[in-house]
Amino acid sequence: MSSQSKTAQQPVSGKNADKVFKGVAYACGILILVVLAAVALFLLFRAWPLIGGDQKANSDTISNFTGGKATSFWSYVGPLLFGTVLISTLALLISFFVSVGIALFISHYAPKKLATILSYVVDLLAAIPSVIYGLWGGLVLVPAIYPFWNWVAKYLGWIPIFAGPAANPSRTVATVSVVLAVMILPIITSMSRDIFLQTPRLQEEAALALGATKWEMVKLAVLPFGKSGVVSASMLGLGRALGETMAVLMILSPGLNYSVKLLQASQNQTIAANIASQYPEANDLGVSVLIGTGLVLFLITFVVNFVARKLTEKASA
Amino acid sequence: MRNSILVRSIAAVSGIVMLASVAACGDNTTASTDASAKSDTKTEAVSGSFSGAGASSQQAAVEAWIAGFQGTNPDAKVAYNPSGSGAGVSTFLTGATAWAGSDAALSDDEVEQSKKVCASGNAFDIPVYISPIAVVFNLQGVSGKGKTLNMDAETIAKIFDGKITKWNDNAIKSQNPKVDLPDLDITVVHRSDKSGTTKNFLSYVKDAAGDAWSYDLGENWPNEVGQGAKGTSGVISTVQQADGTIGYADASQAGNLGTVAVKVGDGYVPFSAEAAAKVVDSSPLDDSAKGDNRVVVKLDHNTTEKGAYPIVLVSYDIACPAYKDANTAKFVKSWLSYVTSDEGQQTAASAAGSAPMSDTMRQKIAKSIDAIETK
Amino acid sequence: MTAANNDASPMDGAPVIDFDKFKPTRSFIAARKRKDLAMRALIAVAFIVALIPLFSVLITTIINGVKRLNLNFLSYNMTGVVGGNPTPSGGYGGILHAIIGTLEITFGAMLISIPIGLMCAVYLVEYSNRGRLARVITLLVDVMSGIPSIVAGLFAFSMFTILIGPGTINGFEGSVALSLLMLPTVVKSSEEMLKIVPHDLREASYALGVTKQRTITKIVLRTALPGIVSGAILAVARVIGETAPLLMTAGYIASTNFNLFSGQMTTLPVYVYQEYSKLNANCPANASAACVTTIPMERAWAAALVLILIVLILNLIGRLVAKVFAVKSER
Repeated sequence: MSSQSKTAQQPVSGKNADKVFKGVAYACGILILVVLAAVALFLLFRAWPLIGGDQKANSDTISNFTGGKATSFWSYVGPLLFGTVLISTLALLISFFVSVGIALFISHYAPKKLATILSYVVDLLAAIPSVIYGLWGGLVLVPAIYPFWNWVAKYLGWIPIFAGPAANPSRTVATVSVVLAVMILPIITSMSRDIFLQTPRLQEEAALALGATKWEMVKLAVLPFGKSGVVSASMLGLGRALGETMAVLMILSPGLNYSVKLLQASQNQTIAANIASQYPEANDLGVSVLIGTGLVLFLITFVVNFVARKLTEKASA
Repeated sequence: MRNSILVRSIAAVSGIVMLASVAACGDNTTASTDASAKSDTKTEAVSGSFSGAGASSQQAAVEAWIAGFQGTNPDAKVAYNPSGSGAGVSTFLTGATAWAGSDAALSDDEVEQSKKVCASGNAFDIPVYISPIAVVFNLQGVSGKGKTLNMDAETIAKIFDGKITKWNDNAIKSQNPKVDLPDLDITVVHRSDKSGTTKNFLSYVKDAAGDAWSYDLGENWPNEVGQGAKGTSGVISTVQQADGTIGYADASQAGNLGTVAVKVGDGYVPFSAEAAAKVVDSSPLDDSAKGDNRVVVKLDHNTTEKGAYPIVLVSYDIACPAYKDANTAKFVKSWLSYVTSDEGQQTAASAAGSAPMSDTMRQKIAKSIDAIETK
Repeated sequence: MTAANNDASPMDGAPVIDFDKFKPTRSFIAARKRKDLAMRALIAVAFIVALIPLFSVLITTIINGVKRLNLNFLSYNMTGVVGGNPTPSGGYGGILHAIIGTLEITFGAMLISIPIGLMCAVYLVEYSNRGRLARVITLLVDVMSGIPSIVAGLFAFSMFTILIGPGTINGFEGSVALSLLMLPTVVKSSEEMLKIVPHDLREASYALGVTKQRTITKIVLRTALPGIVSGAILAVARVIGETAPLLMTAGYIASTNFNLFSGQMTTLPVYVYQEYSKLNANCPANASAACVTTIPMERAWAAALVLILIVLILNLIGRLVAKVFAVKSER
């Protein structure tokens, strides 16, 4: 770099600049803490009428939201939370195996040139905005996937979660989970791929030298090495799925139940999509209630990500 | 780093400037080519930029009104954010917008709050947009553009409550003897978001179907029958996606779907703009609306008037009788006059398929608009 | 490592080797080969499964979007567009205002998050000595990257409601929401880039008596610049398609608004969503043949295509920058 010659002429001054610079850097580090605290505080502040306000008005607002089904905040946020966790867990389940498969394909199976192209393709998936997934899911996938769900309901209907009849059009938890799985797939894939690529060469070659087949090598050397990384990638994907709004909003037919009938409509709803669908018509107090549910969502994603990081920290230490 | 930010900002700014200079902000010249642009309102032209927010149901009409209004007031810039009735009214009550569009009349609380925002008096609501809500269905061999099925209020209520589950149920069959109805499950499609359309539809079902509908009135769908979809567009596309679906939506969006002709008196009335205007005309004003100048329609869903279509969305504009800023007051007065004028109502009818208000209704409204102080 | 052992858990402890197991029989080898082949097939299938939705999304968007994507669409906004009728210029309205809104709001988010994120990374790599505070900050940055976009929107909305006054909606509010989503990505990528700057460079600079601040700005940052820039571009690509937070913070307007700090601003994702919400335009019975009923959906797809193109181009630029100016590292 050309900068060396320039810096050499600088006089040994700028003690103050040094201090200021350090201060600014330090402040920016602290600012991260402040920002996170501010997020929690501002949300809490705006949701305060929920706790400190008129409880009668609160329960009226909530019963207005739910058509009389729930009157307290917790009985309102409970099913929403359940739906959020259900849908994102399903999305993670679907996308986990596919992602790890793709990551292995890119890191250990595909020829190098192909692998580079494939990495780009996967990253491209990540680049598609969620509103477009919503459009595609609602207008293309929903009618296209119905025959499949109908088949599932017919032959696997004895399993309670697949109990039929499959809703037509299939604006169901199952369909939304598939769309969310596609959306979090690139996140899990690219992180897993990076981890798999770092597997010590020696171990891989030792395994192969001992006569292991490629899959045995992967199972013995690559997967154990990448385990913690894959787990944290999945948690990150889960976090993303928990907060997804537009795709769920535009596809799912919502309901407020503690139900796991994946193929039937109007069973569950997620917190994020619920905020987006109720927010425009909500009055002041209604907005407070919705921000309260947003705060719950914030805490959940916070915990998920926190746990994920702690897991990897432990594994890598 | 500094350099690169600088370079990029210069690049971005120059890019924007280039775009702007090419297209001069990209404004389309207002389509005032229609010969009908005769301005019978004798108010002087307004200038400045004004914004409103509220009901998304009015959006298509408001876009046409803005175009028409700017045709006679070329120096006025008007913006409307279809953020939703609730958001629109709360924004209006903070004083951030000049007017609000809302699918529901103001509540007593809101009228009280408005006294703080308005320079004097309380905010009032006047109907500006009347649109029939169509009960749309998709049934192979039966539905199609302009095709209808006959139903009375009780049948509609039972279908939407999941009590009638088959298309060839006797209740439907007996009212449509000439139609060959298939043995197919009914899939009910309703709005999943909070909506004025839902509230207006439900209030019809509640008023007209009697005991067949037991739920409280609200803006959210009360039961878990069928499927919910976001917005009018969601409902329509869901109904289109499967055979045997039935839903409700703003009539202008019905497109190629079949619609329900509703039983009124002894006959069945399919939706139309005129039929919708008729029911509004025959309905009384709501006397219980507190505050001055308010014009709130209390829809008579049990009307037996011949040719009236009772499932109607009445959407209001909300404004103050006096504003702190005289220019805003002038704008609101001339805006509301234009919107409720015959010309404005016709513009909305052709752009959004709404029902033009009758002269009698417009006379009632004119008094409220006159009350706006512009000095 | 007893790699040849075919059992599932050969990893723990000293291996007790059952030598009989290794006596290769023909069928045993064949079975292993079959399993290997099966896994190969499964992994390839996983890949193809992932490609189906991607291509479906892209093809749907391109086929539907190309129809209305033309110069007129890019150079006009939505003022004066009534129903399905064409405008005097012969088009059906356009997205100029949304492109400008997207650019300005994203640029605002960059101005907030890049300096803060970069300086935070500088603190973490150069000043913190991996202390307790640094570990907490690293952890929280990771946690922050999981903040749902709608929560970011609610945060910006609440903050402006409380600080500026209720009913505040402007482009900058959207910038604040987006910067919250960008910040962790910027910190992470900058941190990675600063870490791979060779230590020799720093020490050489110190040896010449250059102050720490000058070493960092003139040597470390300059060396890491391409990586930082590409990281920032990728962060932008991630937030530019956000819809939910902008719906509640930046609003929606039909005309072009250049002022980030006052008045509502339309962005491309919000535009797509609003046009989808309109679904069909009304064409009265006596309308001319040029009136198109399905125009809002066509506009939505065309705008979606433009949005994907912008994100793609940003991604490519980011990668190109990273590749062309890559720091020579040991690997």
